[in-house]
Amino acid sequence: MTAESTHTRPDTAVRANVARDTWSVLIRELKPVVRDPFTLIFSLVQPLVFLGLFAPLLIGSSGQPVGETLQWFVPGVLVMIVLFGTGATGSNLQYEMMTGSHERTLVAPLSRPSLLVGRALKEIAPIVVQALIIVLIAWPFGFTINVPGLVIGLALLAVFGVGLGSLSYTLALKTKDREWLFWGVQQTLIFPLLILSGMLLPLDAAPAWMRAVSTVNPVNWVVQAERALFAGELGDITVLWGWIAALALAVLGLWAGVRAMRKSS
Amino acid sequence: MTNEPIIQAQGLTKRFTVKKKTVEAVTDLTFEVARGELVAFLGPNGAGKSTSLRMLTTLIPPSSGTARVVGYDILRRPGDVRARIGYVGQLTSGSFAQRARDELLSQGAFYGMSKAASRIRADELIDSLDLASFASRSVQQLSGGQKRRLDVALGLMHAPPLIFLDEPSTGLDPQSRANLWQHILDLRAQHGTTVFLTTHYLEEADRYAERVMVMDKGRVIADDTATRLKANLAGDLLTLGFASPIDADQAIGVVQGLTDREVRRDGVASITLTAPEGDALLPSAVRALDAAGITVARATGVPPTLDDVFLALTGRTLREAGEGDETDDKTTTENQEQDAGPQASAQAEASVTTGAER
Repeated sequence: MTAESTHTRPDTAVRANVARDTWSVLIRELKPVVRDPFTLIFSLVQPLVFLGLFAPLLIGSSGQPVGETLQWFVPGVLVMIVLFGTGATGSNLQYEMMTGSHERTLVAPLSRPSLLVGRALKEIAPIVVQALIIVLIAWPFGFTINVPGLVIGLALLAVFGVGLGSLSYTLALKTKDREWLFWGVQQTLIFPLLILSGMLLPLDAAPAWMRAVSTVNPVNWVVQAERALFAGELGDITVLWGWIAALALAVLGLWAGVRAMRKSS
Repeated sequence: MTNEPIIQAQGLTKRFTVKKKTVEAVTDLTFEVARGELVAFLGPNGAGKSTSLRMLTTLIPPSSGTARVVGYDILRRPGDVRARIGYVGQLTSGSFAQRARDELLSQGAFYGMSKAASRIRADELIDSLDLASFASRSVQQLSGGQKRRLDVALGLMHAPPLIFLDEPSTGLDPQSRANLWQHILDLRAQHGTTVFLTTHYLEEADRYAERVMVMDKGRVIADDTATRLKANLAGDLLTLGFASPIDADQAIGVVQGLTDREVRRDGVASITLTAPEGDALLPSAVRALDAAGITVARATGVPPTLDDVFLALTGRTLREAGEGDETDDKTTTENQEQDAGPQASAQAEASVTTGAER
């Protein structure tokens, strides 16, 4: 109290600044992750279950060697991390909308786009850390790592994650305090996207209509691009398609998210 | 600049569409607040207090009308308004996943403060609002009183000249509430901060606010100091008791000669009336009755409360008014408080006192 009385502060007259505000929001969002990194490990349980319990079935039924099957399966698991982890991140915002702290950030002199973009960029951190852990676990079992492919693959995953995360935040901003609606929409979308991406099982044996639908599934293109990148085929045309799909999703997600954030109250 | 009112609201109106029906939550709100004032919106839940605050803090745009807050138009220059106000909402300002001190530092960054300035300021607030024991705990782990002190600290981080507090003491036990108020009053004494709050606790408005704006059904129906509101709109309740009903009957005539307010029989052998300046009327009534040979056995004078003012203005008590209406946009949050009139919340407080500072 005594220290306070010695300061007479001029009134802060800060102006909104997209770059600085985005940075401030990003740093704030990263704090809980840095304080408690084990939360990242816990959210890895699901992809690890698929790696440990689904990959052996795949190996058994395909009759291919372990290394080859992992080479096909692991890139899909990395995309799965984004699909399940980042796809659900909107629930964090929804929780903050319901408990009150989102309202506080809306009264702060922050540019509205930065409130969304900062959060979306934060998603990159868990994606990269979790993807590296999965890759390192698969490595001793015969999964080969092409370093340039890994770097480009992670960057692609990050862009895809920013897009999907933004859409998840948009869903939270739109559904407001109706959690059931958020999860209803999220779950309804996520499994068709998962299955129609050829992430778990190849779509080669699928009926024609499923293959047709899968061609407009951006997740499918990202999975195929990741497979090519981890195989070291950096110039493969699927890599280009993967980038187009991820960038399109990011642009769409950020556009929709910023729009929803501007309307948030 | 300094003579300009810190808030000038001009015809602020907010309409919501709920299930295809248009509901007017706030109607034609026009008022000014001078720098340094401590003003309270008093009214039942659903009166439009929060909606008014949310318009003034740029959270929602008005349907019509406008306001200048700290010198800037809320519609044309919302960013300039935001930079110069503090806001403590009804709910919890800190994110449950964050640590208390981290939130203070993030708040500093949000208001353009340097890292060093944020650290100094955060430590000042941790000290003055007694946050030290839980500053490195996550918000989720804090008790209600601790969360509320953190909310206030977050609202004050950038030392705003004007702070809005929406129901700052709802859900706090009496001790935490008194504590919180001490902090708010200290702050004003030291920095001349203008404080604008909403409350449905009439004792709170009565005790702390220098100016009370009574709100009901979206309109401000009275605006004055608590003392003047009570004197002009309510008056003291005087009761005189006698040895026999006959004495009481005779006393009515004597006392009626001293006041233009109606004197009534009340009970077996007493009379009652409500009058302004009852503290002066009571002794003169006793003397007049003595002179008339009527012995006064008992005399009580009860000063009015703001609830009496509300009753005089609306024909309902604050508690009755709080049940049923819900025109505010935050219906989910306000609903929870729907039944919590002064009495009900006093009981709720008593029951949480023991568990509050776990």
